[in-house]
Amino acid sequence: MVSIPASHSSMHFNPRGLQMWATGYLLKRIAFFLLIVWTAATVNFFLPRLSGQDPIRERMIKLVQSGSAWGKGIEDMVELYNEKFGLDKPLWQQYLTYLGDMSRFDLGHSIASYPRTVNQILRDSMLWTISLLTVTTLLSFIFGTLFGAIVAWTRAPLWLRSLAPPIMTMAAIPYYLLGLILLFIFAFELRWFPGHGGYRIGHIPNLSWKFLLEAGEHAILPALSILLSSLGFWAIAMRGMMVTVEGEDYMTLAEAKGIKSGRLFYDYGLRNAILPQITSLALAMGYVFSGALLVEVVFGFPGIGTVLFQAIKGVDYPVIQGIVLAIILTIATTTLILDLTLPILDPRIRRRT
Amino acid sequence: MAVRAESETTTRRTGSSALQNGLGYLRRNPPLAFGLGLIVILLLFSVVGRLVVNVEDASPLSAPPFKAPSAEYPFGTDKVGRDLLAVMIVGTPLTLRVGLLAGVLGVAFASVLAFTGAYYGGAIDAVIRLVVDVGLTIPSILILILIAIALRGVNPTEMSLIVAATAWLWPTRTIRSQVLSLKERAYVDVARMSGMRGYEIIVRELMPNLIPFIVANLVNTTASAILATIGMEALGLGPTSHPTLGMTIYWVILHAGVLGGYWWWWLTPVVIIVLIFIALYLTSVGMDELANPRLRRSV
Repeated sequence: MVSIPASHSSMHFNPRGLQMWATGYLLKRIAFFLLIVWTAATVNFFLPRLSGQDPIRERMIKLVQSGSAWGKGIEDMVELYNEKFGLDKPLWQQYLTYLGDMSRFDLGHSIASYPRTVNQILRDSMLWTISLLTVTTLLSFIFGTLFGAIVAWTRAPLWLRSLAPPIMTMAAIPYYLLGLILLFIFAFELRWFPGHGGYRIGHIPNLSWKFLLEAGEHAILPALSILLSSLGFWAIAMRGMMVTVEGEDYMTLAEAKGIKSGRLFYDYGLRNAILPQITSLALAMGYVFSGALLVEVVFGFPGIGTVLFQAIKGVDYPVIQGIVLAIILTIATTTLILDLTLPILDPRIRRRT
Repeated sequence: MAVRAESETTTRRTGSSALQNGLGYLRRNPPLAFGLGLIVILLLFSVVGRLVVNVEDASPLSAPPFKAPSAEYPFGTDKVGRDLLAVMIVGTPLTLRVGLLAGVLGVAFASVLAFTGAYYGGAIDAVIRLVVDVGLTIPSILILILIAIALRGVNPTEMSLIVAATAWLWPTRTIRSQVLSLKERAYVDVARMSGMRGYEIIVRELMPNLIPFIVANLVNTTASAILATIGMEALGLGPTSHPTLGMTIYWVILHAGVLGGYWWWWLTPVVIIVLIFIALYLTSVGMDELANPRLRRSV
C-alpha cells in the first residue's frame, strides 16, 4: 500500500516512467486490436463450416449444376476456388490459406454478381454506411450527452427537463422500428422525404453539389431514426454521471465560492462527467453498427446493411464474410483510436498502471 | 420507513402468504410492478386470444389478402392472407419464449464461467476475461448471422440456441465483477478457514447472495436476446414457417409494406415489440433496485 503513492509521484514527475508506461499501453492496445482482427478472420472461416461442409463450394456447385442464369463465369470460379483451397488439403492448411488472403484483403468474388469482387462491392457500400454513421453517431453523442447533463442539472429550466421521459423511452425502441414509423409518417403520409434508396433511380453517384444534396435528402430519414433512438442512450448514461459529480465536495465548494452557474455546469460538472462517456463510445460501436444495418434495410439505403440483406437472400457467402470482416475491422480501428486518445483527455488513466 | 418494515414483519408473523408480501413489495417498487404487469397483460392477450380466435389463421391463405382492420379481422390481414390477430396471438409468446430460453441458457453459462473464473482466478480467469473482452467488441449479430446461414432453416428453439451463443458474454462480465468483490468479504474467509472446499463456498456462500443480481441479469439478457432474435429475423434468418413478431417485420420489409400503405401490417407488431422492450426495461430497473440495496433511497 505504501509504495502506491510513491510510484504515483514518480510516474507523474518522471518523464521516463511515463514514456515506459505509454509504450506498454500502446503495445497492449495494438495487441488487442490484432487479436480482434484475427478472431474475426477465424470465426469467418470456421462458423460457416459448422455443418461439416464447405458452404461456399457447395453453393457454387449447386449453381453450376442447376445451370441457372448466373453466368458461366461461375464455373471458372469453382475451379479457381478448388485450386486455391482444395478440399483434399487438410483443414488447417485451408485455414492458413484463408488467413493469408484476409491479410491481403483478398476477399474473393461475389457469387451472385460474379465478375465483381467483394472488395468492389464493399468499397461502394462502406462509404455510404460510414458517412451515415459518423454524422449520426457524433450528433447523437453530442446532443445526448448535453441533454443528459442538463436533465441532471437541478437549475435547468423545467420544460427541458420534462423532455426527459419521452427521449429516454425512445432508447428502448430498436433503431429500425422507429425507422418504420418515420418512413410511414414522413415518406408515405406527408411525402416530405423520399422513402427508398440513397439517390434517385437512374442517377449515378458523383461528387457534384447537386448529387450530394440529393443524397442528403435521402439520408435524412435513416439518420433521424438512428439519431432519435440513440439520443436516450447517451442521455441516460450522462445523467447518471452528472448526478454523481454534482454530489462531489468540490462542487459544493465551488458553489460556495460563488462561481457562476454556467461555469459550474461546463467546467466543473460536464468536464468531469464526460470522460466515461467517451469510454462507452468505444463500447457502443458494435451496437450502433448492428442497429444501423437494419435501418439501411428499412430505407433501402445503399450501404453495407442493404448489401448484407441482399447477400443473405442470395446466399452469397463471400460477400457476407467480407461484410463481417469489414465491420469488425472498422470497429476495431475505431476502438483503437479511442483507446489511444483517452489517456490524452483523461490524466487519471495515465496514472493508473 | 421503520414503521413500514415493522408492519411487514408483523404481517409475516401472523402467517400471511408470500403472495401478499410480494404484492406489498411491488407497491413500493413501481417500475417492477409496471414492467411485470405489462408482461402479464401481453401473456393474457395471448392466452385469452387462443380461446377466442382460431390460431390456424396465423398461416398463409386463411383469409383474403390486404384487408384493413374490420369487425371480422380486427388487426387486418397481410399480403399472403394471414389473419394478423392470430399472428400476434401466436407470435407474442413465441418471441418471448425464444428470448427467455436464450436468456436462461446465456445467464446459466455465464454464471458457471463467472463464479469459477472469479473465485479461482489464475489462467482460466485470464482466458475468460480475454474472450469476453474480444467477444464484446465484435457485434454479436455478425456471429449470429454466420451461424444461422451455416444451419439454414431454423425453428424457434434452434433460434434460441443460436442467440445463446453470444448472450453469455455480457452477464459473464458483470457477474464476474460482483463475485470478485464478494469473495473478499470476511465471511468467505471464515468459510475457507473452517475447511470448506472451493465449490462449496461458491454454491453455499457466494451464490445465494448473488441470486437477485443474477435474476436482474437474466432480465437484461432476455431483452438483448429478443433484440438479437428480432434483428436476425428481420434480416431473413429467422424461422420462415413460424409467425413470430420478427418474421412479420421481415415480411413487411421484403414486400415494402410501409410504402404500400398497409399500416395495420406493421403497426401492431411494432407496438407489441416496443411494449415488450419497455416492459423488460422497467422490470430491469425494478430488479436493479431489488438487487442493489444502495439504490433503494433514490427510487
